[in-house]
Amino acid sequence: MSTLKVHNLSVNIEDKTILNEFSLEVPAGEVHAIMGPNGSGKSTLSKALAAHPSYDVLGGTAELDGCNLIGMEPDEISRAGLFLAFQYPIEVPGVTIANFIRAAIQARMEDSKSFKAVDYYKELYQKMDDLGIDRKFTSRSLNDGFSGGEKKRCEILQMAMLDPKFCILDETDSGLDIDALRVVSAGVNSMRSAERGFLVITHYQRLLDYIVPDKVHVMWEGKIVRSGDKELATELESKGYDWIKEELAA
Amino acid sequence: MIKTNPIEVDRDKGNFHYNTDYEFDAGIGLSEDVVRYISDVKKEDSWVKDFRLKALNTFEKKKLPTHWATKDLENIDFDIIRYYLSKGQMPSRTWEEVPDDVKRTFERLGIPEQERKFLAGVEAQFDSEAAYSRMKDDLSEKGVIFVGSTEGLKEHPEIFKKWFGKVIPTSDNKFSALNSAVFSGGSFIYVPPGVKLEQPLQAYFRINAENFGQFERTLIIADEGAEITYMEGCTAPKFETSTLHSAVVELVALKGAKIQYVTVQNWSNNVFNLVTKRAMAHEESEVRWIDCNIGSRLTMKYPGVILRGRKARGEVLSIALANDGQHQDTGAKMVHAADETTSNVIAKSVSIGEGRSTYRGLVQMPGHLKHCKNNTECDALLINSDSQTDTYPAITVQGEDHSVQHEASVSKVSAEQIFYMQQRGLSEADAMSMCVNGFVNDLIREFPMEYSVELKRLIDLEMEGSVG
Ligand SMILES: Nc1ncnc2c1ncn2[C@@H]1O[C@H](COP(=O)(O)OP(=O)(O)O)[C@@H](O)[C@H]1O
Ligand SMILES: [Mg+2]
Repeated sequence: MSTLKVHNLSVNIEDKTILNEFSLEVPAGEVHAIMGPNGSGKSTLSKALAAHPSYDVLGGTAELDGCNLIGMEPDEISRAGLFLAFQYPIEVPGVTIANFIRAAIQARMEDSKSFKAVDYYKELYQKMDDLGIDRKFTSRSLNDGFSGGEKKRCEILQMAMLDPKFCILDETDSGLDIDALRVVSAGVNSMRSAERGFLVITHYQRLLDYIVPDKVHVMWEGKIVRSGDKELATELESKGYDWIKEELAA
Repeated sequence: MIKTNPIEVDRDKGNFHYNTDYEFDAGIGLSEDVVRYISDVKKEDSWVKDFRLKALNTFEKKKLPTHWATKDLENIDFDIIRYYLSKGQMPSRTWEEVPDDVKRTFERLGIPEQERKFLAGVEAQFDSEAAYSRMKDDLSEKGVIFVGSTEGLKEHPEIFKKWFGKVIPTSDNKFSALNSAVFSGGSFIYVPPGVKLEQPLQAYFRINAENFGQFERTLIIADEGAEITYMEGCTAPKFETSTLHSAVVELVALKGAKIQYVTVQNWSNNVFNLVTKRAMAHEESEVRWIDCNIGSRLTMKYPGVILRGRKARGEVLSIALANDGQHQDTGAKMVHAADETTSNVIAKSVSIGEGRSTYRGLVQMPGHLKHCKNNTECDALLINSDSQTDTYPAITVQGEDHSVQHEASVSKVSAEQIFYMQQRGLSEADAMSMCVNGFVNDLIREFPMEYSVELKRLIDLEMEGSVG
């Protein structure tokens, strides 16, 4: 059971407060979507939860399965089960996808010597096929020279291989054409289970047609200002965010 | 933030004593007497003694190259160095006295038990007779000569005298002159025409204290159509009591021959490693230097190839790793002296902590030659914000007919890359290691298998000290 519980989280970047007493709970087995205008702090939330060194946590807690993530190292958080699919995946020249995912898996093993290369490649190829990634990509450097869509597929491939407890997808749909969107969504849906939670950050209702959320939250200026079911996403799509802003001002 | 190099040896921990038996000790400092003494102990022919004495004279006249190289050279005190110690006089200590961090490093690198003792200075002799004797029969059947410098000059002057000191003249630089005056140890190898050695010859096969000494002298001659790979060094930290290591290595590839010379060295932080390596490549021959430099206080080493026969090929592949307190000043020299000669240089350096790496290249193509080619690629990777790198390519090309390509890059491991990799579960040090291994990977693949595995482990070890 992997519940993500964020309570009164405040986060600064370069002395500017981006998240201001942010709270959110995603119970195990549920998919929650966060929508919100550019600059409202969605990526800040995801990176702060993953302990990016540029983000200062001023206060609050973030628990995964009752374990407080605040103060943990990024790699400890990862091994504790939190996976972040980056909005902008980083290029790492010289490090191949196959070697990288292998190292990440071995980092999770009690005894890295018990790693079985044959099984690993079987699983890797299977998942690459599912996600429509050419098998040749195993020997390509991580994200190096990839198109936007290839980067996003590669994020989902890593997510599928690492079997995380909780997944945050930060604008995974941006840069994907409709076919890629379908493939990637199917990949995510196949990972949905009663044990695993998802937080899906997106601008578009479109993604939520494929990955149907249990709840939708609207984020604005570092806070959740409205929550609802998936109808809220449809409403946002037609009315835009101004509608929420006006309501808040009133 | 920056920790000390994990393989640094605390020199106060060991209690070294020198056995000052007059017969095998040249004493401290350099003089004509010392040189005569070395030559006498080795029972050398008079031409060798004369060669040494002339070299001493040259050494004394030559200036240190500090007009272009680092001033740190001036800190070498030639008067306090022991120029000759035979095996009975190597410093000895017990295994218990070997610092724990050194033992741990051996452990991590997977160095075999027996070799550990030799490398740590506990045993002066590494017994590799068994491995070597099997090979020896095979070699002598083929007419291959594989001996030390003393034996080579004494027993086979008809073969070695012709080239000894010819590829690298004594006066090439102050340190080649020094080596010419006091050399001992090293390998002299001759491979007869058409003999292609499939197994690499290793310095290890003939290891003893002298061969791992300060002033080795190596000369390899591959006769027409012969092929040989020679390997020296290992990734384990070499325990050093002497602070100056100055070798001379000469290679001669006759028509159509192939020589590959592989070096992996990991010196402790107090060592000046000032080595002159050069090859003479005759018609249609190929010489390849594969060189990996780790550790030392200062390494200056620019393996070169004089491409003196038509269609000769020269190559230098070099990896340098400079950690705190270390300066790797390395590179390559390609002197084109015949038509249609080609050269290729790929140099990669990694600077960690306050380490500094310098690339110095020299490519010469005179105007009267036709269709020469050079490709030079030098890439530097900086790990920490204090890490340093600099590049001095000197390319002199005359004439229209040549093709020269030069590429250089400097990259940094970014905090975003490390964060990304950590987000997948890798520790900071593992993430760094992966980036560094990724950077040098295509070159490491060129190393013989057993080295490439050790090199990866060694990079992991070096990276552990770089994150804070
Ligand atoms: N590295 C940074 N330095 C300074 N400000 C930043 C940095 N990253 C993000 N911000 C600011 O934080 C705010 C929230 O950004 P972000 O979390 O990326 O929003 P979203 O993902 O919702 O579009 C924006 O005002 C942005 O300009
Ligand atoms: Mg964003």
